[in-house]
Amino acid sequence: MTTIAATPGEVHADAEEHHDHVPPFFQRWFMSTNHKDIGTLYLIFAVVAGIIGGAISGLMRMELAEPGIQYLQGWASMMQGSAATEDQGLHLWNVLITAHGLIMVFFMVMPAMIGGFGNWFVPIMIGAPDMAFPRMNNISFWLLVPAFILLLGSTFVPGGTGLGAGTGWTVYAPLSTSGSQGPAVDMAILSLHLAGASSILGAINFITTIFNMRAPGMTINKMPLFVWSVLVTAFLLLLALPVLAAAITMLLTDRNFQTAFFDAAGGGDPVLYQHLFWFFGHPEVYIMILPGFGMVSHIIATFSKKPVFGYLGMAYAMVAIGVVGFIVWAHHMFTVGLSVNLKMYFTAATMVIAVPTGIKIFSWIATMWGGSLSFKTPMVWAIGFIFMFTVGGVTGVVLANGGIDDAMHDTYYVVAHFHYVLSLGAVFSMFAGFYYWFPKMSGRMYNELLGQLHFWIFFIGVNVLFFPMHFLGVQGMPRRYADYPEQFAYWNEIASYGYAIMGIGMLVFFANIGYSLFAGRRAEGNYWGEGATTLEWTLSSPPPFHQFETLPQIK
Amino acid sequence: MAGAKNHDYHILPPSIWPFIGSFSALVMAMGAIRWMHDMAFGGWVFFAGLAGVLFTFYSWWADVIKEAHSGDHTPVVQLHLRYGMILFIASEVMFFVGWFWAYFDFSLFPVPLELAGEGKELVATNMTGQEGASSLLQWPPKGLEVLNAFELPLLNTLILLCSGTTVTWAHHSLINGNRDGLIKGLWLTIILGIIFSAVQAYEYSVAPFPFAGINYSSAFYMATGFHGFHVLVGTIFLIVCLVRAYKGHFTPKQHFGFEAAAWYWHFVDVVWLFLFAAIYVWGGWGAPVH
Repeated sequence: MTTIAATPGEVHADAEEHHDHVPPFFQRWFMSTNHKDIGTLYLIFAVVAGIIGGAISGLMRMELAEPGIQYLQGWASMMQGSAATEDQGLHLWNVLITAHGLIMVFFMVMPAMIGGFGNWFVPIMIGAPDMAFPRMNNISFWLLVPAFILLLGSTFVPGGTGLGAGTGWTVYAPLSTSGSQGPAVDMAILSLHLAGASSILGAINFITTIFNMRAPGMTINKMPLFVWSVLVTAFLLLLALPVLAAAITMLLTDRNFQTAFFDAAGGGDPVLYQHLFWFFGHPEVYIMILPGFGMVSHIIATFSKKPVFGYLGMAYAMVAIGVVGFIVWAHHMFTVGLSVNLKMYFTAATMVIAVPTGIKIFSWIATMWGGSLSFKTPMVWAIGFIFMFTVGGVTGVVLANGGIDDAMHDTYYVVAHFHYVLSLGAVFSMFAGFYYWFPKMSGRMYNELLGQLHFWIFFIGVNVLFFPMHFLGVQGMPRRYADYPEQFAYWNEIASYGYAIMGIGMLVFFANIGYSLFAGRRAEGNYWGEGATTLEWTLSSPPPFHQFETLPQIK
Repeated sequence: MAGAKNHDYHILPPSIWPFIGSFSALVMAMGAIRWMHDMAFGGWVFFAGLAGVLFTFYSWWADVIKEAHSGDHTPVVQLHLRYGMILFIASEVMFFVGWFWAYFDFSLFPVPLELAGEGKELVATNMTGQEGASSLLQWPPKGLEVLNAFELPLLNTLILLCSGTTVTWAHHSLINGNRDGLIKGLWLTIILGIIFSAVQAYEYSVAPFPFAGINYSSAFYMATGFHGFHVLVGTIFLIVCLVRAYKGHFTPKQHFGFEAAAWYWHFVDVVWLFLFAAIYVWGGWGAPVH
């Protein structure tokens, strides 16, 4: 990675003089054309969505804490205002897993990583004053709000058996077509249309910004790795989301206009939906992790006081992951009756992804090797990320085998796998990035003790929560069920305790944010010292409302 | 320091359109859902939302045009607009990939279906594994009459290809400072686009297969229908360019609004060539024609 030397006089040490152009409240937050303000809106949105999505998983762990149906029927009765049948209680289970998945993917991880950190730091890291399309940037954010309203609203209108869309986040036909007649699923589908439009516009904006607005001297191969990661992510969004849009439009017409895309009686093919969905869905999982790769690279380098090991290899490994990510989708569908040849191809292609991913893991370790390490909060999250993401990666290699997946498919082993790469991978990288940049964004230092406490409680909590799911999966417990036989009771109880521990960790996190905003020490421009070399550290904390009014020169 | 901008990028003042556009989209979505489920005022809510969305498009792009005239579109900002349009078209290509994927799934891996009777009802549906099923493994489904590719579809192909040349005529006139040629070329392109849409609408009205219930119809109508929708959007885009040409908005050096419309028009043209080759010609080969 390049070391950036800003031209002398470019350092905006004094933030006071920049306050004159900040618009009044409504204009600033509802009509914004400022990448930092829009990034802040995204981050607040992601935190709110994360609280809702996290609370829903809390309901799920309450229900699963012991065998039998505990609460579902009661909750369903509360929601519909009349006594719910057992089936309506079970339908609520499907609604919970659907809402949890969709909220965490589309309304928490993506807005935080790309909308939040991407908006805040991509322009700054390339030495640009703002995004290429500042006004379009704002509609990318505001489209998410109606999308979220539609998704949350769907919970209160009739779906299939009860209230809400109970289709799973994958919205597979025919459960989502003839299996769920009510308007709830239409609301969920249109919610995805709006969220998809938001992401496509955002992707166009990021690609244009990164290609055209790099400061003089910053060639493509000198871009910070976080910028690389957002660039690859934006291409995945641009090319994958329209296919999802087509697929869910087919769902919509099958549901409402009697087309037969997925209706076998008219020659339609339900497996077609799965192909279209996963052609989007697999790139989507890389969309959720790649920006995390970028952030972790910076954090590891900063707290090792060394440039990242193998910069070009790190950059092109992400490109390779992005490209290969488009040709592995059917490994999500090993049990639909693919031919053996197809399963062999998708197994082999999936294994290939372990190579560039391995390059990244080993390069992070090599960056730390011989470095002058300091274990500040962002660093412990980043190291936790490497450790936990590797666990999820290794179980991914297990599941990539078509033959093994025949036994593992749709068991808790899969649930454990993707929560290790997301809840312990993507989310750890987001916390790492949050602590790394929070003082830069807010101008206030977070509390180091609370940050460390948050990490350790959360780390223990999520491992107690998700590691037992491997055991449950190997024992054969299927996913997406509200009830289970006695034999699975032990590890389920442990997992629910894990959730509670994680929840306490989150309380520490919110306490830390509150403390920092009101009583945190003021942060100077580069509060991490010599290890932090990218352009955001040449600016004040928070940066001026419009930075780089004279473009920096990159040596 | 503050406000003293020493670069060519476009720093925009606050704008209300993203906010209004997003919530209009929400109203439109809610209206669509109410309408599809036969609930009260569904259509009205939908059209209210649509009006908000169209109003947002109009006002937003009016602002963009104003900014272009006030000199905000420096060379680098024009480059941004070019990248933006190319990337948008790339995402549109992937949208059509989804519909072609459905079509090739049905046509390359046919399942047993048979249509018969006056109204062309499905008499045998997806009897995979049953006796006699293999005799029905064909595409298009047995008994389904298709549109003759070499009548109106071929005419429409020629119309669109022709419109591609007229828009290029308009472009070269514009580059050479010939406003008369620009306006004539645009008029011709728009008229050809409208004729294409009219022919397409006529063909839908006489098509020998119904909309509902059969995979062939689903793939045919949705793929060609979304293409038709894009033709309408492209035609409107060209009409806006024509109005702007009359107003003298375009100069030989700066006319990206026109170029974006032309790119979009060529994209629509190319999608049609794939539809014509894959669905009308290849997909109807050997089938009884209407």
